Amino acid sequence: MSLQGYLIVSAILFVISMAGIFVNRRNVLVVLMSIELMLLAVNTNLVAFSKYLGDVQGQVFVFFILTVAAAEAAIGLAILVVLFRNKKTLEVKEINELEG
Amino acid sequence: MISPELFQQLIFYVFATFTVGSAMAVVTVKNTIYSALFLVLCFFNTAVLWMLIEAEFLAITLVLVYVGAVMVLFLFVVMMLDVKQAKASQLKQSYTKAALLIAAAMLVELMMLFAYKLSGQIPTDELIRQEAGYSNVAEVGMELFTHYVYPFEIAAVILLVAIVAAIMLTMRKREGNKQLDAAKQININPAERIRVVTMKAEKGQGQGEES
Repeated sequence: MSLQGYLIVSAILFVISMAGIFVNRRNVLVVLMSIELMLLAVNTNLVAFSKYLGDVQGQVFVFFILTVAAAEAAIGLAILVVLFRNKKTLEVKEINELEG
Repeated sequence: MISPELFQQLIFYVFATFTVGSAMAVVTVKNTIYSALFLVLCFFNTAVLWMLIEAEFLAITLVLVYVGAVMVLFLFVVMMLDVKQAKASQLKQSYTKAALLIAAAMLVELMMLFAYKLSGQIPTDELIRQEAGYSNVAEVGMELFTHYVYPFEIAAVILLVAIVAAIMLTMRKREGNKQLDAAKQININPAERIRVVTMKAEKGQGQGEES
């Protein structure tokens, strides 16, 4: 179990979540979840490098990323709730116009 | 008997497989609630992977913050909003082929990067295990509260801003709300509050008793 294992796992996670954003044409919620998965992949990379290089700063950065990601998820979901109230849908195809 | 190193490798492969599998499920499952629950599973498995390389603080933080707060929020929103299930026809017209192509290209590029370009620079040695009594929480805390104390405060302010923004975005006025307007109450002056009325004394039923 070396650093390579962790790098490969997080690369696969990142690629899956990116494909998820492209594939997903129905639901904005799943797109948000894919973004969370992407952040998770990046965090895994940071933790692994931090431990294998013996530097704590990587873990501190993961802590900050977790904080900001939590704030981002809260605001994103609030925006989604407002959007759903106005347009009664969450499908990606139907909310592609400005000033709806 | 299996050696501890082999056992760790075994745990790593099992949980890495589960992580990747549940991530696949998140993006492919039709029902949004299922995909949120698979995301929870993915977070748990990743927390185990982090714990395996002795990043205990972040592993527990991931479970507490993500599974405990963010995913509950996700599930709450998914259940509150009436999301329709995807039909097969909608899935067909999606960009699945293009997405798979891009994903495969990116995966190949990343693997090439790890295998050839950076092969000399990525440390290949095993993780240095800390001795008993070592505290990951103390180490991260020392770094966080000495070198990174200002970013820490900024992170706190970001959370506050997120709270205020989320509440203000989702709050709505209801009909027939009896709530008082605080700004109006504060801005009132005494002249508006008391109205002095000059009028003649009433002459009515009480007259007979006084005289």
